[in-house]
Amino acid sequence: MIKQGKAWKFGDDISTDHIAPGRLFHLRTNLPELAKHVLEDADPEFAAKMSQGDFVVAGNNFGLGSSREHAPQVLKIAGVNAVLAKSFARIFFRNAINIGLLLVECDTDKINEGDELELELSTGMIKNKTQGTEIKITPLPDVMIKILNDGGLAKHIEKYGDFQLV
Amino acid sequence: MGKTIAEKIIGEHCAKEVKAGEFVVANVDVTAVQDGTGPLTIQEIQKINLEQAKNPERTILFIDHAAPSPRKELSNAHKILRDFAKKTGAILSEVGEGVCHQRLVEDYVNPGEILVGADSHTCTSGALGAFATGMGSTDVGIAIALGKTWLKVPETYKIVVNGKFQQGVYAKDLILHLIGLIGADGATYKALEFTGATIKNMPMADRFTLSNMAVEAGGKAGLIASDEITREYLISRGRGDKFRVIDSDPDAVFERIIEIDASQIEPTVSCPHTVDNTKPARELSDIKVDQVFIGTCTNGRIEDLRIAAEILKGKKVHPDVRLLVVPASKEIFIKASREGILETLMEAGAAINTPGCGPCVGVHAGILGDDEVCLATQNRNFQGRMGNPKGNIYLSSPATAAFSAITGKISDPRAVLIIQ
Repeated sequence: MIKQGKAWKFGDDISTDHIAPGRLFHLRTNLPELAKHVLEDADPEFAAKMSQGDFVVAGNNFGLGSSREHAPQVLKIAGVNAVLAKSFARIFFRNAINIGLLLVECDTDKINEGDELELELSTGMIKNKTQGTEIKITPLPDVMIKILNDGGLAKHIEKYGDFQLV
Repeated sequence: MGKTIAEKIIGEHCAKEVKAGEFVVANVDVTAVQDGTGPLTIQEIQKINLEQAKNPERTILFIDHAAPSPRKELSNAHKILRDFAKKTGAILSEVGEGVCHQRLVEDYVNPGEILVGADSHTCTSGALGAFATGMGSTDVGIAIALGKTWLKVPETYKIVVNGKFQQGVYAKDLILHLIGLIGADGATYKALEFTGATIKNMPMADRFTLSNMAVEAGGKAGLIASDEITREYLISRGRGDKFRVIDSDPDAVFERIIEIDASQIEPTVSCPHTVDNTKPARELSDIKVDQVFIGTCTNGRIEDLRIAAEILKGKKVHPDVRLLVVPASKEIFIKASREGILETLMEAGAAINTPGCGPCVGVHAGILGDDEVCLATQNRNFQGRMGNPKGNIYLSSPATAAFSAITGKISDPRAVLIIQ
């Protein structure tokens, strides 16, 4: 599976409050509407600027804070192909995989805003087509690959009626 | 080989010996959601025809984040929780009963148990010697429906605290100090185990404050061995029979050991917009505050309100400051009322609000204006946290918050407490 898109850069410590702000709490039961505000408190123009299939590229500890699963949900609904970061906060990491949003742990320092990226999961590499470079991906744990391949945790449980992970 | 608290509890829940790093499916004793995460939980399990609660009497749905509801969309979200409770027999914690994490330690979680909650501060219950961790809506939905979850057994950081706090220094200062030391991702995926003489002598209220903020260093759990202090707390809550000793073995393997001398810690404040951006309160004396908020699952307990009342008794809140106080639960509210604490705080100028999360989640009851500064006893100061990305949030202990409400600027409470 190859995914292509443009990079949008963010810094370290992007919290779930940046991604799905608490002041929009009332939109949590209306995710398509909440998705129009995705990452609004980190970059108010992001939702308007991005195109379907683009990549969010960040530094350390992406997704820290509140356990709100609405944060990965709105990234996915907005059409973000994958989030690339040097590291992810724990709860966000589980949530994203559970709902089928692809996360990629890699060195993001050499990716610039606007770079055209090509992600090929089978080779474990990201091609930076703008810069003509390649970046290695840290593989996901097997448990998470199984969940992702089944289309998320709910679909995994629907398929097997129980956990078939370990 | 010896085991950590996390390895022991998780092992008991999957009926085998486990070691840090292993992936397991474990039984779960208690599950919880709140009004911000619960509607999505229910929707997700409805989609796969699993709208059920395996252990309804230990499944609790909390209406605390937007309680009472400030708008119709949230009132409708609350209805989803009430309907699910009726259908499944799960317990509903209604408007005004309090913040989920406070209610969970008051009435539901016991040493040696596993709690998974759809709220990041679920780690609070780790202070009871339980493995308590926050997850998202779907994870908790599956745990509610099937009574189990998948876990990676975490590696553990042992946090050894010795020494006596200076007057005016509290558990909140200790945990802010630790997060400043190791960073907001300093313990990502790890369990923290707090131990040492300072912890062994620490009352439960302060232990809850420590465990509550483990997630602010990225931690999966904030664990404290259960002991006589835990036992007395459980007896006071009518659950003395649920006490058991949970502790790590002397030869347990810890990934990292961090030693802290409590006597060296000063009143500490987290500055905008990350919790690890800590400074001593005395260095922030030129920061004017517009709002002071005392409450939350971190510091809204009776012990916290007593400290605030002691500082504010007979004084007036600075004319440029509004002071908001939200007891963390109904029981705390009643106790504070009986002890005259509410009267003292209100005479000083405080506004008291319904037990719940209050303004901490930015939904209602104290949203900041543009460029306003809030000093709060909560656990997070992220940009936008209190409902306005143009607001600035500082975090402190209740003592620092109460004294700063009087002076109108961030103020080191040692000045007032030592005089008193």
